[in-house]
Amino acid sequence: MTVVALLLLPWFGSEHLIYMGTLIFIVSVGIMGQNILIGYTGQISLGQAGFLAIGAFSFGHMAQMGVPIGLALLGAGCMAAFFGVLVGFPSLRLKGPYLAIVTLGFGIAVYQTFASFEVLSGGRMGLVIPKFPALFGLTREASMYYFSLFMGIAFTLVTYNLISSYIGRAFVAIRDNDIAAEVLGVNLTRYKLLSFAISSFYTGIHGAMFAMFMGFIDPQMFNFSESLIIFVAVVIGGLASVEGAIFGAAFVILVPQVFSGYRELVPVIFGVTVIFIMIFEPLGLAGRWFKMRLYYRNWPFR
Amino acid sequence: MVNFIQYLISGLSAGSLYALVALGVVLIYRSTRILNFAHGDMATMGTFFAFSLLSWRFPFYLALPLSLLFGALLAVAFYFSIIVPAQRRDATMLGQITLTVGLSMIFQGAMVYLWGTDSKMLSFPLSDTKTWNLGPIYLNELSLGTLIVGILGSVLLYLLIQKTRLGLAMKATSENLPAAQTLGIPTRTILAASWGLAALLGVVAGLFLAPALILDPFFMLEPFLKGFAGAILGGMNSLPGAIIGGLLIGIIENLCGGYISLEFKNTVPFIIIIIVLLFKHEGLLGKEFKERI
Repeated sequence: MTVVALLLLPWFGSEHLIYMGTLIFIVSVGIMGQNILIGYTGQISLGQAGFLAIGAFSFGHMAQMGVPIGLALLGAGCMAAFFGVLVGFPSLRLKGPYLAIVTLGFGIAVYQTFASFEVLSGGRMGLVIPKFPALFGLTREASMYYFSLFMGIAFTLVTYNLISSYIGRAFVAIRDNDIAAEVLGVNLTRYKLLSFAISSFYTGIHGAMFAMFMGFIDPQMFNFSESLIIFVAVVIGGLASVEGAIFGAAFVILVPQVFSGYRELVPVIFGVTVIFIMIFEPLGLAGRWFKMRLYYRNWPFR
Repeated sequence: MVNFIQYLISGLSAGSLYALVALGVVLIYRSTRILNFAHGDMATMGTFFAFSLLSWRFPFYLALPLSLLFGALLAVAFYFSIIVPAQRRDATMLGQITLTVGLSMIFQGAMVYLWGTDSKMLSFPLSDTKTWNLGPIYLNELSLGTLIVGILGSVLLYLLIQKTRLGLAMKATSENLPAAQTLGIPTRTILAASWGLAALLGVVAGLFLAPALILDPFFMLEPFLKGFAGAILGGMNSLPGAIIGGLLIGIIENLCGGYISLEFKNTVPFIIIIIVLLFKHEGLLGKEFKERI
């Protein structure tokens, strides 16, 4: 039923609603990717903005060179995945705080590289990206909405598939105790790097779609605060759940909208919610949703 | 040659501030195994508090200890209200790092709300325009003050840890928590004191950095990251390592800035982080915790 509602949205919804919906689905792809890395494989990564930037700028350059959109998206994802593997190599040796710091350093290094080298990023003026073409007589915004809805659903299905396969179980094994996983025959090198590659691919696609949506990107959009916001979205949505990605994306996009009168308080709300979730509801918003459904299903037995 | 010594001196001066930040980060990591991402923001809160006190015409010698106290109280409050419940529920490493990230966001939002985003000048008794000459080398008053305070802070901390009973208790707590508890050491108080002390060091660093870099809610971000780099270089587990690491980062950064290029100066600490983490992740003087399976 929700799917039908989402499909019909552009006819009933205002333009603002379409804008929000599109953004939520775009961001949820990226959050899903990071969820695979942080929630399912248990590796800490704070450099998301770097992958976003790589995806966005690769897409931008390819689109400007005339590459068709589908191919450019794929290319952006692969570039991001390549760098993801690079960042994944330290993860083979480092744990916990050290891994967080390396990924942090990577994110900042990427941001500074893009900010300093004008040829890559169009410098201060940023890069202009061609937007998604209007299809089938719909408006531009509506076609972008359907495209991102389609991508969101496609990636969700792929993720479900991934999680229930051997690869997904290997990831979870690595998270729970990687030495034990290795003892049981999970090739740590291959699966850790695969996890980084897959999650960076998702994030690269997120970056590319975001670029397409905005029509314009510049390095400032991918700074450290952006990394933190994505990290927060993953945690708030729910660390090891696919639906959690959508919840988290919706949260980080809707909250600034709802509180637009009190812009300064938005980080405070994020921070408080993160702390709340970590202490009281480790499964995140998705966990809370799941528990509510369970409550209603079992009522009146509680 | 003169240039070299000039860079060295300014590097030592900046490095002593990074050393203070690094000491704070290492203190928290050693005692509670948490990587505190909110450290820079704690220092900034203290510095902003000092700014407010100074703009209400408090004399400097009163504003300084009050803002140190404020920073320490913030850290202790955070420790008791958030970290203790989290550890009681067995939070993972990722969880605790997330808590500090959350705290960092709260502080940033609070600072923007309370003080706005435009830059402010912190009126400081040591100016950075008055310079002294030691032979051919110029040293401005602020750098000299920074150097002195940094060295003094490190020496005082060293004396605290090595010579007092409180320091002994801190070492015991960080080495083996259950054993320390069995011996009757009030570990929660000690850990809260470590957090407070770390925040205090951070606020000192912030106060001395604020006159040179203009005061705005994000001014500590880079020094915080460089202090982090110093902590990693010296070893996350070792306090003398933090001092040495911080000083080295300051010196290397200034030498690179002087001899290579000024834009390169900011990337150097991150390159150092990555090199250290790839080759010897415990750092120069660090010993890592043993992981039990």
